[in-house]
Amino acid sequence: GRMAAAVLLLLQLLLAAGPAPGRADAGQERRDALREELLLSPLPTGDVAATFQFRTRWDADLQRGAVSHYRLFPKALGRLVAALGVRELHLALTQGFWRTRYWGQPPLQAPAGAELWVWFQPTVTDVDKAWKELSNILSGIFCASLNFIDSTNTVIPTASFKPLGLANGTDHHLLRYAVLPREVVCTENLTPWKKLLPCGSKAGLAVLLKAERLFHSSYHSQAVHIRPICRDASCLAMSWELRQTLTVVFDFFSSGQGKKDWSLFKMFSRTLTDTCPLASQSKVYVDISPKNKEKELLEVSPPPTSVHEAVVQGEKKTYAVYDLLSPSLFNTSRSLNVQLKWKRPQDSSEMPIPTLHAQRYVAGYGLQTGQICTLIYNTHPYRAFPVILLETVPWYLRLYVHTLTIITKGKENKPSYIHYQPAQDRRRPHLLEMLIQLPANSVTKITIQFERALLKWTEYPPDPNHGFYVGSSVLSALVPSVTAMKDTDVEQSPLFTSLFPSSDGSSYFVRLYTEPLLVNLPTPDFSMPYNVICLTCTVVAVCYGSFYNLLTRTFHVEEPSRGGLAKRLANIIRKFRGVPPL
Amino acid sequence: AAPLQVRLVVPMTVVFGPGSVPRDLSRPLPFRDMQEMEISVNLRTSVTSRYEMRYRSTTAQEEAALSAATAREADAALHPLQDTTMGSLTMYVVPETSSLLPQGINVYVGKQRSALVRAVGSLAALQARLREVTQLMSFTAGSIAAALSDRVPSAQLGPDARRNLKSSLGYEITFSLLNPDPKSHTVDWDIEGAVNRYVKPVLDKLSLVANFSVDSQILYYAVLGVTPRYDKESSSFLLSAHSLPHVINPVEARLGSSAASLYPVLNFLLYVPERSHSPLYIQDKDGAPVSTNAFHSPRWGGIMVYNVEAPASPQASLPLHVDVDMARVMEVFLAQLRLLFGLSREGVPPEFLLESPGNEGLADWELDHLLWAHTVENIATVSTTLTSLAQLLDKIGNIVIKDDVASEVYRAVASVQSAVTKLSLGHLHAAFQASKEAVTSSERAFFDPSLLHLLYFPDDQKFAIYIPLFLPMAVPILLSLAKIVRETRLHRKEPTKMD
Repeated sequence: GRMAAAVLLLLQLLLAAGPAPGRADAGQERRDALREELLLSPLPTGDVAATFQFRTRWDADLQRGAVSHYRLFPKALGRLVAALGVRELHLALTQGFWRTRYWGQPPLQAPAGAELWVWFQPTVTDVDKAWKELSNILSGIFCASLNFIDSTNTVIPTASFKPLGLANGTDHHLLRYAVLPREVVCTENLTPWKKLLPCGSKAGLAVLLKAERLFHSSYHSQAVHIRPICRDASCLAMSWELRQTLTVVFDFFSSGQGKKDWSLFKMFSRTLTDTCPLASQSKVYVDISPKNKEKELLEVSPPPTSVHEAVVQGEKKTYAVYDLLSPSLFNTSRSLNVQLKWKRPQDSSEMPIPTLHAQRYVAGYGLQTGQICTLIYNTHPYRAFPVILLETVPWYLRLYVHTLTIITKGKENKPSYIHYQPAQDRRRPHLLEMLIQLPANSVTKITIQFERALLKWTEYPPDPNHGFYVGSSVLSALVPSVTAMKDTDVEQSPLFTSLFPSSDGSSYFVRLYTEPLLVNLPTPDFSMPYNVICLTCTVVAVCYGSFYNLLTRTFHVEEPSRGGLAKRLANIIRKFRGVPPL
Repeated sequence: AAPLQVRLVVPMTVVFGPGSVPRDLSRPLPFRDMQEMEISVNLRTSVTSRYEMRYRSTTAQEEAALSAATAREADAALHPLQDTTMGSLTMYVVPETSSLLPQGINVYVGKQRSALVRAVGSLAALQARLREVTQLMSFTAGSIAAALSDRVPSAQLGPDARRNLKSSLGYEITFSLLNPDPKSHTVDWDIEGAVNRYVKPVLDKLSLVANFSVDSQILYYAVLGVTPRYDKESSSFLLSAHSLPHVINPVEARLGSSAASLYPVLNFLLYVPERSHSPLYIQDKDGAPVSTNAFHSPRWGGIMVYNVEAPASPQASLPLHVDVDMARVMEVFLAQLRLLFGLSREGVPPEFLLESPGNEGLADWELDHLLWAHTVENIATVSTTLTSLAQLLDKIGNIVIKDDVASEVYRAVASVQSAVTKLSLGHLHAAFQASKEAVTSSERAFFDPSLLHLLYFPDDQKFAIYIPLFLPMAVPILLSLAKIVRETRLHRKEPTKMD
């Protein structure tokens, strides 16, 4: 009725407006592309790590243009990048701790809790304001407590975090870094993360992302990386890349009756049935590298589409590849359930030790002082290499910088670069960045003493006796590679190798996070004020009561009738003695 | 709600062409006249509208312009001769027998702020006709009531009143293409071209009212919340009118909130049904298919279902490539946009001819119509906000009002007073600007975070803390009270014994 009338009217005016819209871009190739990838790697301890990567590449300039039209790139993030002048954004939400010593070098590691680091555009005038606004909006998008990021946990690292994407200058005043170690990651963070995927969790690899399985694991880390990249080899134009990554470690050895065999269905209680029609590449990689140069011990089924060999993080690796887009894969069976079986039980005594790993703990006793110790291991047999260590310590642990000692093989190791920014109470944390040379086959021990500050009573979190978290320290290093690596085209190589830029063939970039620390602070007895109130009130009330009685009662002398018990007893005794009674 | 008194003054000029002056005119031209109208909203809110009319005869130039062949040409020629300030209106009365207006048409409303009115015999009849035209071109009792819908008892409001968007400093318009079945359909839409061609001119015109931002997105695997019913007769799927309210919710979760701004979002969704559910048609309440295959949701936006023609041969390879006909889609979305802004041209009497606004999508007088309503709404909002702030302060006395909050309140009061004065002087644009400033200041004052600090320390907690003091102190008092009562009772008994 009335809608039709209105439409009719508009039809008239639109017909007057001009010819029908051109189909200029009908034949034009897509300006955005989606690649998805799942890497399954058995870990030396018998656990299995599954790393999902979804990469959306958009050949558009997000910074310019008031009107933006999104296809595969999620609008929520695109608007954020455009509105706040973000150049690069890395957000990771992690539950659990990646045990580098036992699990080896991770493809992507993140510290426990929430980690956010952002490079802003040089055009942003008030970086702190943009950072505050950004963390608030992100906390809304991902249902995380990122709104607790403020000046007391934000630092500006000078050397540790370089832009991973295209960057003209690296003025570190445009960088902000914050970690919230207390953050608990759960389903409510996963759901919005999944919603950003073009296919949601309806098709493609994302069907495996079932929350009840993903959080039934020893390690869960989900991340979002946004960065500008070169559009092509000539790098004349810029594209935007959104990488959504998710890493889970399933503990099969202890939960699976001592067997190390696994399958997709066992891990995710789902199998792959179809592909995401929007993805231009969709692959599953399974790490089947032979250990100890022995014959292949493991067997994967169904037979892979191809086998990919590459040098990843200094090691030669072999991957079985399942290309979900190849028509042959789903011809034979309706679903893909990748299975891995060990041919014979493998002795787990000799586990490979990663070249670089680290460990951190709090030493000391009492509630006044303490010591943070960091142990960094270089297990490379003959090569020394430098590592950048970044420590962020909250202001309520007052670091004594003069107690900083770095000892390697019993001798003092002088760092070649130190950047220290002291904390200001309730305003900013300590920031300590050092470039330390690690000799071959060595352990470096870094210790620094601190004093615990007293907080105001409103500054304690709920459950203060749980302790206070100190975020992980960050180790960034170019680790020399045992095997030489070849230069590969980034667009062609698998996604798990292409997040960090490789400098040359002889070394590879590693970023490691140590354990977060839990430190006890002197905690007041919070029931004390109430106890004091109760006690003083009782005293006051008792005093008041007796005064009141004194003032209001009337006293008069009362004749003793028969006397008390003592008197009667005395009279009985007197009677016996023949003395007159009292 | 707070008492509110607003007087809206519309300056208008009535120009009599040769041979159109009513016979019973009491005074010689030119002269001034005034008409007042009371719009009743509720007991404490009164809106008076006043039309200040100036009657005069045509000048030589206007006479020449009125001798054009068609009404449109005459309107175009008259435009440079008029008073073009916002809110003012010019009426040209043409002779009863004039050929400017087509047969059966008595009023022609132009693109700008003028109208051609066919003369009627008596002055009273002419004035009645003029009143109808002015109300169409400025505001009606209905449009003011819709703007003040918060204050009107809900029983009095029509269904249309709640459809209009609330006045805001800005709006975000999001066009979303929902493709629930990307396996079967690859849908392409030239949204960029369509926005530039159809939406931008309208928004440029509307930019006077508010800031607009436009973006678009494509959502895959986004399904409606209702499974459509299969109809054997037409071998199509049907969505009935009563199930439409359930359609939006699951989609809404995917739309993505506007995290980066606080403005209300207008959503326009184009839904390409899955292959297993197409073609899909929307039925109205009587069961007839809706010709546009679209519906709108008040204050939210609109949804249009876009059916893909089935391929000629069933074994055509999937996915089907679909190019959306953007002219057809935008027609519907723009009509919905007008509806949501309360600018629909329904309900216009058949003797009225409205000039189509052309590419701009909006005539000048329609913009005025929007400004009148938004100004009144803004003034009402500011008065409500400041009143609730005052009530809050009355209720919780120990809230600290900082100097900057106080200055925002003063500024809001000053701006709203200036808006009311300007409305009563007939300066629509200035009044609207002042009302906008008043809204900004009052909201800033009301939502200032410093007001929140003290709200969460209720008095009963203080009681809980002091109970250990009060309770033991109360015991001797109560005991002695009991004793006094006992003694007075004894006293009362004793005298009777003595007697």
